[in-house]
Amino acid sequence: MNADADPGSGLPPSGTTVVSLDSPSPSRGATSAPAPGAADEGRTTTSPMGPGSRLWATSLERAALPLVLLLLVVIFSVLRPTSFATTDNAAAILGAQAVLVVVALGLLVPLRCGDFDLSVGGTLTLATMIVAVLNGQHGLPLWLSILAALAAGAAVGAINGFFVIVFGINSFIVTIGIGTFLLGVVSWLSDNRIVSGIDSALLDLVVLTRVLGIPLAFYYALALCLLMWFVFERTATGRRWLFVGAGRDVARLSGIKVDRNRWGALITSGAVAALAGVLYAGTTGSADPRGGVAYLLPAFAAAFLGATSIQPGQFNPFGTLVAAYFLLVGITGLQMLGAEPYVQDLFYGGALVLAVALSQLLRGRRPQELG
Amino acid sequence: MGVPASGAEALSVHRLSKTFGPTRALSDVDLVIEGSEVHALVGHNGSGKSTLIKILAGYQDADPGASVRFGGQPVDLPVQPSVLRQHRVRFVHQHLGLVERLTVAENLWLEQLALGTRRRVDFGSLCRDAAQALEEYGLPLDPREPVHRLTAVQKANLAILRAVIPAGDGDTAAGLLVLDEPTAFLPPEDKRHVYEMVGQVTSRGTAVLFVSHFLDEVLSLSDRVSVLRDGQMVVSGAPVELLSVHDLMRHIVGSATSQAALERPVVREAPHVHVRGLRTPSLPHLDLDIAPGEVVGLTGLLGCGVDEVARGLFGGGQARGHLDVDGRRLDLASLRPARAMAAGIAFVPADRAREGVCVTLPVTDNSSITVLPAYRRAGALRRRAMRSAAARLARTYAVHPPSPDLPVSALSGGNAQKVLMAKWLRRAPRFLILEEPTQGVDVGARAQIEASILAAAAEGAGVLLTSSDPEQLADLCHRVLVLSEGRVVEVLQGESLTKHRIAQACLTGGSTDLLSATTDQPVGKEVAPR
Repeated sequence: MNADADPGSGLPPSGTTVVSLDSPSPSRGATSAPAPGAADEGRTTTSPMGPGSRLWATSLERAALPLVLLLLVVIFSVLRPTSFATTDNAAAILGAQAVLVVVALGLLVPLRCGDFDLSVGGTLTLATMIVAVLNGQHGLPLWLSILAALAAGAAVGAINGFFVIVFGINSFIVTIGIGTFLLGVVSWLSDNRIVSGIDSALLDLVVLTRVLGIPLAFYYALALCLLMWFVFERTATGRRWLFVGAGRDVARLSGIKVDRNRWGALITSGAVAALAGVLYAGTTGSADPRGGVAYLLPAFAAAFLGATSIQPGQFNPFGTLVAAYFLLVGITGLQMLGAEPYVQDLFYGGALVLAVALSQLLRGRRPQELG
Repeated sequence: MGVPASGAEALSVHRLSKTFGPTRALSDVDLVIEGSEVHALVGHNGSGKSTLIKILAGYQDADPGASVRFGGQPVDLPVQPSVLRQHRVRFVHQHLGLVERLTVAENLWLEQLALGTRRRVDFGSLCRDAAQALEEYGLPLDPREPVHRLTAVQKANLAILRAVIPAGDGDTAAGLLVLDEPTAFLPPEDKRHVYEMVGQVTSRGTAVLFVSHFLDEVLSLSDRVSVLRDGQMVVSGAPVELLSVHDLMRHIVGSATSQAALERPVVREAPHVHVRGLRTPSLPHLDLDIAPGEVVGLTGLLGCGVDEVARGLFGGGQARGHLDVDGRRLDLASLRPARAMAAGIAFVPADRAREGVCVTLPVTDNSSITVLPAYRRAGALRRRAMRSAAARLARTYAVHPPSPDLPVSALSGGNAQKVLMAKWLRRAPRFLILEEPTQGVDVGARAQIEASILAAAAEGAGVLLTSSDPEQLADLCHRVLVLSEGRVVEVLQGESLTKHRIAQACLTGGSTDLLSATTDQPVGKEVAPR
């Protein structure tokens, strides 16, 4: 069964633990099902690879997205030299939009483990609202409000994990439900109104203070990206996540505690989504009860698009960073060229589907190449 | 037996070959099946049976030059589904392909509903037609019963009935029915119900190709027998009257002597692995002791419970009882792989691509996942050391190509298996459990893998080897336990440990009555199992 990029293709059988339904792996190479005949008779594959041409093709594949991003920047700068190619615009894209990068990075953790987290939009909004209500309305100290928001995000992840692990429900279904539930909670908390009055210190910390002309938010996103890369590539936990996502049975029979890792991954994505919510509160100074939902789709688009770059075939932080900025530059540039607002939806929606199609293409092509 | 069909010839295969890379799974196979006969196809695992069935079913193409005729008419290869429908060639595989949540009637007419030949989905008429068909074939089933409530043998018979009944008005019964080990998972007392069903099928003119490991059932049920060995048809359509169990066994195993004998380590110490009261879903009781350096084989036919023993002892399946390794007691009911590993146990599963290695990940990651903590320094993994260790392992275990950065999917089956072995052997296990360690592996890799198993034993591991290959067991093991239907029916060691004796014990399931009735050579039993 190939449900990898299409996790909603089947409803999960009730009550049973289903591992194959929800594995959003864009991995290169063969899928779990070997060719018929592999089990019984000697199946031996030869690997006729020309190392030189492959190396060249691989580097091109890795660098394709960054190159396209660069090309976009050049094109828009030439077409709109007075509005696009300005430091203010660069600061706006890199800084104010860093929220998207952070959400997308958080998504990577469960995606690496083979799970979806569609509740990040709701978690982000909830965190923003918690900061606004605690700090803005009730006057609690900023640090305490932020801490409460992050704790709430981790709690949401724990609840997601509870249903996914204990009841064995597809993460797609659980997180889409919890995400919607959270939006209800936010509306109730805020009376469905924008809540303002957040300490301006947060604005200073997020967008107003600039280093080299770029708001601090960008550096937070960059730091998270580095941290994520380190965890993924240089820690035992990161390696375990990779195995949990790439082959759950292999992981289990290699002594990895699969459930614990999946649960941890969902808690992490909840906490990171809450961090994104705090940054969001810091970019606007207020909390909009519907504001965070718009990040869900582009965040997935960035994660999947990122999986086609830097380390093609794997969800990876730097690819995601590049992909997020690719989406943001594209949108900003198109709007400056006079595109209607609906272009945003066309662009994000289209990018998500194309990104998934591309990553499918990567995995579809590889097995044939490699036998 | 039965009425000959009009065409007389249901299936004819001529000069069929199939090559996978350097391996020849089938070479110049001939097979003719007459109308309304039961034709048995036997051979041990890896003999080419599955490949032949897969080619007939159209899952695989054959090498050029083969000719296949259904009902006397030549067909193109690979076989198309429409051709199978047109000639009414039907298959019932071990996993029957029933939809558990639907009713008997719905399952019976599943294909017609799907194809649209039965457009009106009127549950009442479905049930009436189903009741009629069930009655006709003597199956006492309620058409409205959901399939998941049926017993195993009822399910098997339903699948057979579904395969052979006419698809609609004007259609005839199946021309050829291929039964691929339909009785492997059935309790022995229920198997006769399937035999009765096969009788019903042939009495209506359908020919049956019956794939089985159970020689007694082959001899009592079939009209003629063909035997595959190492891809060659060594017996093609011999009448059963001319064969004894002993003859069949000889054809299946062959008489070729094995290559240079491998050096088995000498067992000097007392057993350090003790299995006590092991219980799995299909095995009521097993006690076992293994000493350092000792290789113990565990074998039996499909469904005898060997696979449950192997993973149960690693905490990867359902098992109860106790396991002691070096004096450390493990409760099997609560054992999990992580704790089994901490106790010095390693488990090499048979399903390489699903359970053994992550084929999408590089050799480095796959070979180091079992020893990650060893590479931790100041919170970070020493990736360079991991990579160079993986490169060293690749050389040690002769993985080709020896690049640690390649994903395992780029390697051949044999080389992927070497990576899987390396992943576990680098932990220097005290108790090494292997499940079919050379399945789907070429001859060269097989020798290297077998040598690495004996090397691990020589270093002090107790080895439990489950394999369906008698030759491998005879080559590597000090002692072999043969299971049948959840019991140890034979323990072979010393002089009596030969591939023939292993095959004999497996194929007869310890039923010596049958053996002595059909052959004049008596079979001695060394050890009476408890």
